[in-house]
Amino acid sequence: MATRELTPAPARTAVPPARRTRRRGRDGRSAALYLAPAAVLLLGVLAYPIYQLVVISLYDYGQAEAAGNAPLVFLGLENYADLLRRTQFWVVLAKTLGFAAVCVVGSLAVGTALAVLASRVRAVPRMLLFLAALGAWATPAVAGSYVWLFLFDADFGLVNEVLAGLGFDGMAGHSWTFGTYSAFGLVAMEVIWCSFPFVMVTMYAGIKGIPDEVVEAASLDGASWPRIATAVILPMLRPLLLIATIQSIIWDFKVFTQIYVMTNGGGVAGRNLVLNVYAYQQAFAGQEYGQGAAIGVVMTLILLSVTALYVRSQRRSVELT
Amino acid sequence: MTRRRSRLLAEIVTVLVAAAVAFPLYWMVLSALKPAGEIQSTDPRPWTWAPTLDSFERVLTVDGFARYFLNSVVVATAVVALSLLMSFLSAVALTRFRFRGRTVLLVMLLVAQMVPIEALTIPLFFLMRSVGDVVPAFGLNELGSLVLVHLAFSLPFAIWMLRGFVAAVPVELEEAARIDGASRLRFTWQILFPLVLPGLVATSVLAFIHAWNDFLFAKTFIISKTENQTLPQAILVFFKPEENDWGAIMASSTLMTVPVLVFFVLVQRRLVSGLAGAVKG
Repeated sequence: MATRELTPAPARTAVPPARRTRRRGRDGRSAALYLAPAAVLLLGVLAYPIYQLVVISLYDYGQAEAAGNAPLVFLGLENYADLLRRTQFWVVLAKTLGFAAVCVVGSLAVGTALAVLASRVRAVPRMLLFLAALGAWATPAVAGSYVWLFLFDADFGLVNEVLAGLGFDGMAGHSWTFGTYSAFGLVAMEVIWCSFPFVMVTMYAGIKGIPDEVVEAASLDGASWPRIATAVILPMLRPLLLIATIQSIIWDFKVFTQIYVMTNGGGVAGRNLVLNVYAYQQAFAGQEYGQGAAIGVVMTLILLSVTALYVRSQRRSVELT
Repeated sequence: MTRRRSRLLAEIVTVLVAAAVAFPLYWMVLSALKPAGEIQSTDPRPWTWAPTLDSFERVLTVDGFARYFLNSVVVATAVVALSLLMSFLSAVALTRFRFRGRTVLLVMLLVAQMVPIEALTIPLFFLMRSVGDVVPAFGLNELGSLVLVHLAFSLPFAIWMLRGFVAAVPVELEEAARIDGASRLRFTWQILFPLVLPGLVATSVLAFIHAWNDFLFAKTFIISKTENQTLPQAILVFFKPEENDWGAIMASSTLMTVPVLVFFVLVQRRLVSGLAGAVKG
């Protein structure tokens, strides 16, 4: 990566071996003191809720139980079995995967293409592109969702007016959020709009990090541009592309705000639900906390397997000592 | 010649793409400034000859958005200040002190960043309910509950990122300070802290954005005490079954976006290099 190396391997402390053990003991005590505030918070508000999520998913945890008016009934894996028997769960899972796939592929394609474009133009147009991307990146998910909704509004939206003006008469008053796929498509566009900048910035840095000599040598050897792109540049960008892909999968698989805001809580009759929103609705609208927690656990497990890939790809470049 | 022409073509495409990417933001600000008649119009124009602050005024005074804005600021500021302090201390411990279990802690930090926090809404809801029985300020319906969760969610990444900045300060500096008679505490606060300040800034921006943008937890925790709502959730009131007040929605969206945009522009270079460093490790 072209950017400044921020984490050089920490230099070894020049402590003679005899003093080392003594220092280690003292270090341990101060370290515990320094780490205590963060550790307490992370244990209480991150680790404990993870444990609780699993516990709740094993109980029949409804309205009465949540209010403390009924004894908890241990169900074991019944919530999960129930979930797997439901058609709706499988439909939502399939839609989540499809939606996330579209978002991931979209932001990677747009981000990488624009990074290549940015590397081939002069400073001013490049700066304009980066500023615009920065704006899209910085826009809060809620605000972005509203703007896109407004642009595609049935009556007052610019898109319908332009389309009607172009001769598509049927488009005046057309609702983009009504149909399952057009609603998903609209949300996906917003998600891609605000997540491609990360890919673009990452890939741009990667392209800039490739020494000119490498590309020059290849072209001196008579390689054509497409060949240089596929045989020289792409392999060098692969580690970054992998990280950007996995990061995007993690983000897009758990999109909540955009779906919730743009489809008004999961669409007409819940046909725009994704797992995240489904779990939320089960728990807080349906008062089925046990069911909701079970969906949460399933979601976590799916993401954890992606995370395993992420950690493996990081381990190569990360020094943990 | 053809090379220059193809570059020119690429530049034209770049500018057009930049305009398209920025367009939704332009539309947001424009719509916020349009008079009501031009917004609720079936013939929207991409400009206005009569810009007005009516929508902003309506949002801020009538609908109490000044209060929600302040709530968002309070939560985000508290998260930034506390995460700065906690992550700095932890990063120092993890880079400068040698103790058993350090590697395990680092791996756990990395894994903690991957936890899908959205899945934790349900247990956190019950946790905050119980916390509220003991310390009301951190219970449901209170801003403290939001501070707690966002602090916990931003810490792993903040520590991970700061670790790099702290490690970049040469150990020789610490030894020199010790020889000059400075205690470790003094070195940490008077020498190390100012040196890693740039890193702290970049880290805190991420924590700020995280807390500022949150919709899910604000919606889950702040149920009945509407005066404690934060911006993302408060905007929902403009969605009415009969007719959405788009002018107000766009004005409040603008109000919500501007602080983030300002922060982003201020620290973008550090943020990008910081992210790159964090991605790389």
